[in-house]
Amino acid sequence: MLDRQLTASATAPADAATASTLTPLLAVEDLHVQFDTSRGVVHAVDGISYTVDRGEVVAIVGESGCGKSVSSLAIMGLLSKPAGRVTKGRVLFEGRDLLKLSAEEMREIRGRDISMIFQEPMTSLNPVLSIGEQIMEPLFIHLKMTEGQANARALELLQLVGITDGERRLEQYPHQLSGGMRQRVMIAIGLACNPKLIIADEPTTALDVTIQAQILELMKDLSRRLNIALIIITHNLGVVARYADRVNVMYAAHIIEHGTADDIFLRPLHPYTIGLMRSVPRLDLPRGIKLETIEGLPPDLRAPPPGCRFAPRCPYRLDACVATDVTLRDLAPGHASACIRADEIVAGALVQAAPPAKSAETAVTIESAEPIVKVEALRKYFSVPLSGSGVFSSKVATVKAVDGVSFTIAPGETLGLVGESGCGKTTVGRTVLKLEEPTDGAIRFAGVDITHRTSKQMRELRRGIQVIFQDPYSSLNPRMTVGQIIGEPLHVYKLVNSKKEQEERVAGLLRQVGLFDYMAERYPHQLSGGQRQRVGIARALALEPRFIVCDEPVSALDVSIQGQIMNLLEDLQSRLNLSYLFIAHDLAVVRHISDRVAVMYLGRIAEIADRDALYADPKHPYTKALLDAAPIPDPRVERARAPRALKGEIPSPLNPPSGCVFHTRCPIAEDVCRREVPQVRQIGPRHIVACHKA
Amino acid sequence: MLRYTLHRLLQMIPTLIGVAVLVFFMLRVIPGDVVEVKLRGDGGTVSQEVIEQERKRLGLDKPLIYQFADYMYGLATLDLGISMWTERPVTEEISLRLEISLQVAIMATIFAVMLAIPLGTTAALMRGTWVDYVVRIVTIGGLSIPSFWFGMLIMMGLLYFWNWLPPITFTPIYVDPVANLTQLIWPAMAVGYRYCAVVARMIRSSLLEVLNEDYIRTARAKGVFEKVVISRHALRNALLPAITVIGMEFAFLIGGLVVTEQVFNLNGIGKLFVQSVARSDFTLIQGMVMMLAVFYVFVNLVVDLLYAVFDPRIRYG
Repeated sequence: MLDRQLTASATAPADAATASTLTPLLAVEDLHVQFDTSRGVVHAVDGISYTVDRGEVVAIVGESGCGKSVSSLAIMGLLSKPAGRVTKGRVLFEGRDLLKLSAEEMREIRGRDISMIFQEPMTSLNPVLSIGEQIMEPLFIHLKMTEGQANARALELLQLVGITDGERRLEQYPHQLSGGMRQRVMIAIGLACNPKLIIADEPTTALDVTIQAQILELMKDLSRRLNIALIIITHNLGVVARYADRVNVMYAAHIIEHGTADDIFLRPLHPYTIGLMRSVPRLDLPRGIKLETIEGLPPDLRAPPPGCRFAPRCPYRLDACVATDVTLRDLAPGHASACIRADEIVAGALVQAAPPAKSAETAVTIESAEPIVKVEALRKYFSVPLSGSGVFSSKVATVKAVDGVSFTIAPGETLGLVGESGCGKTTVGRTVLKLEEPTDGAIRFAGVDITHRTSKQMRELRRGIQVIFQDPYSSLNPRMTVGQIIGEPLHVYKLVNSKKEQEERVAGLLRQVGLFDYMAERYPHQLSGGQRQRVGIARALALEPRFIVCDEPVSALDVSIQGQIMNLLEDLQSRLNLSYLFIAHDLAVVRHISDRVAVMYLGRIAEIADRDALYADPKHPYTKALLDAAPIPDPRVERARAPRALKGEIPSPLNPPSGCVFHTRCPIAEDVCRREVPQVRQIGPRHIVACHKA
Repeated sequence: MLRYTLHRLLQMIPTLIGVAVLVFFMLRVIPGDVVEVKLRGDGGTVSQEVIEQERKRLGLDKPLIYQFADYMYGLATLDLGISMWTERPVTEEISLRLEISLQVAIMATIFAVMLAIPLGTTAALMRGTWVDYVVRIVTIGGLSIPSFWFGMLIMMGLLYFWNWLPPITFTPIYVDPVANLTQLIWPAMAVGYRYCAVVARMIRSSLLEVLNEDYIRTARAKGVFEKVVISRHALRNALLPAITVIGMEFAFLIGGLVVTEQVFNLNGIGKLFVQSVARSDFTLIQGMVMMLAVFYVFVNLVVDLLYAVFDPRIRYG
């Protein structure tokens, strides 16, 4: 690496200087990408243009299917062949058109001048090659390093990305590392040859919020120090606000607005951008009663509508919007919008400022009411076989997935349950549903102890307890129609007497969740993600439950759809007096929907409080860290916040730390934290915390 | 690894005991025994007295439980006994035939694997082109054509084009390699076609799957040469499921080639199997079943160990 840096700076300092002032590092011009599918040609990217300067962080934001990932794969020459192809346009990298290069010339650029970091750290590393082999590979190929040089460089890279015991890590295989570690390795691979540009495609989407903050901080820092330009592709507006210099907003294969981060967040000039901003629940603003949403769905890219593609969903639509082709227009230096009414938006005549969020009802306080769900000292232990166990004795380790969790939920109340992956929040949900047998503790539903009920005895009670799952793609049986899926519980519990009655009930349920009766005939794959989640909700409602466990019900959905589903859940709650256990990892989502919030860490409750108390005045250092780590979609707020990423990884639940499980990552831990398990203490009205120092 | 191997070897014991019990009692359920077949033949008349005498000599008059204990004791001391028909040791009878069957199986495996890897890989890489279609047609042929019939075609072809037939007497390879190979290469090809087809299709589909994996995209994004992407990143992962298929097919070839052995007039395990069942030669059948069971379990173990060699997730699981 050193060789390359030296030669580069020695031979062409003048060239580089002039080149950098004249041309941007990367210029994408009128790029078109098409995909052949069995159901027609999809115009995945339809004439986008943008530039990236040296050392700059550019974000491409948009919802799934808008073409943001496809356009970056096209830049890299990595479109899946033969289905995908670039039909038009140029991609100029330092003045050379990448699309005109031969496969071999393009290969030389990949990994050396431009590298890419992918979304899924779990699957993006080769399982049968060691970490060392994978990091050193580009060094051998592009820089012709010897074994010794490559090894030294690999160690240097691991240090750079914050992996300390590099020697040992190089020998390890991907499955032996955590998700965050793997993403660091991916970044190390991306940095290996000192590229000029790194494209990061949703680099932190699969990671927990505290790990996400670490990784993003690292990438931004490296980009500044090594003067590497960065393209961040993401759907997370908070990430954009914290890290991007400039932002391109994509919708349905077009770039519909671009500008600096401040432009986009503070002075958005396209109705879609405005809608997107408003449909995200925010941690820094008072909670509104309802999320604003963008109604409808993005267009089908096989036959996109004429004119402005957002027009069908746009509240400010004119006839002219669909009659004329729209193009990006500069409205201020460096700030362009594709809306024909952008001038009106600039003038402030068109779009009302976001309604002053009514600091709304404070959470319902139903202390006197008999709780509908009462969980006391719940424990759920799993046995996992240890590797290397003996011949006839198999050694078993115990994972304390849930270790003494207590909470209550009142009728009509929503309890939010937050925590990072592996903290046991989903296990709590499954145990309350009696899908898992509790190891210890008690679960009461409507006053009845259901802890040790067999599934047969649960049958009648199960009507009152339902569940909505995270993944609307895999939780609906693909061989059943929507009508069969929703009708099945009615049939099982003999709540309907005839087929006709069942159909009527299904139609009613569909309408209740904002779908149409005719959708009963469809199969899940014919619906969009948001529609599928609505079907999941309708199925849960079929038995007229009183309590629903919502396990990450919106985390697989796009921002604009997420808002619709959350509004629906709130709506149903107030109409049907439902209680929710709302499990999620997104603090802003939980804040929006919950009356009270419980924070979990490694199987234990860290803190439970009324929503407003918890967010305004968190007592547990873990709650504080979570709130600090969550990015907020406002660049002003983000600039004012010091990066205070929580250090370290979540410890393995196989071998949890002694005393307070959080002490290994806690900034204020003392001796007592290492020795003694903190008791859950009441520190305010309805506010409990498990911390020695709170 | 050693510990694991030992563990697995010990786990073989209950499996083998189960097989032993099953084969012993299932044979006893079949009406008739070796004495009747031997003495009465096709409708000859022999006095009941002679039959009883012969039964007594072979120990078939003893109570079933006694015979069973005797048999299990023999197994425990690795003594398979003597054949009730030829009255030579079972191990001797088997080892004669095993030499042929094992050689055919090994040759077929080499033939199949050497052909299947390039065929499967090319088909996957050229998916949807005429090359892919040719490979798919050829391999579906391999799956649908019975190997004995393909063997007959080979023989007819040799006769028709060269007016020559392979030798029909077996010469061990260490005596005369040329004579040995000219005889055994044809049956190896006949069964190898099917074998190759199964493996090639497996490699094609698993390679197609692997090529869609995220880590292949990562490798390309690193600027790895396409050749290396295929050989180092993709094939190493794609071969894993093929190893299982290769192991299972190999184990099947020992003892599974009943008809093909007839076509090529090979005195292999399959032929011996049919013979000894027709003769109700209990000891020999039991010995062969046990041998095959050991073989199957052993091949399985080798497959699992190979997995561990190729896949670190199993090595350090």
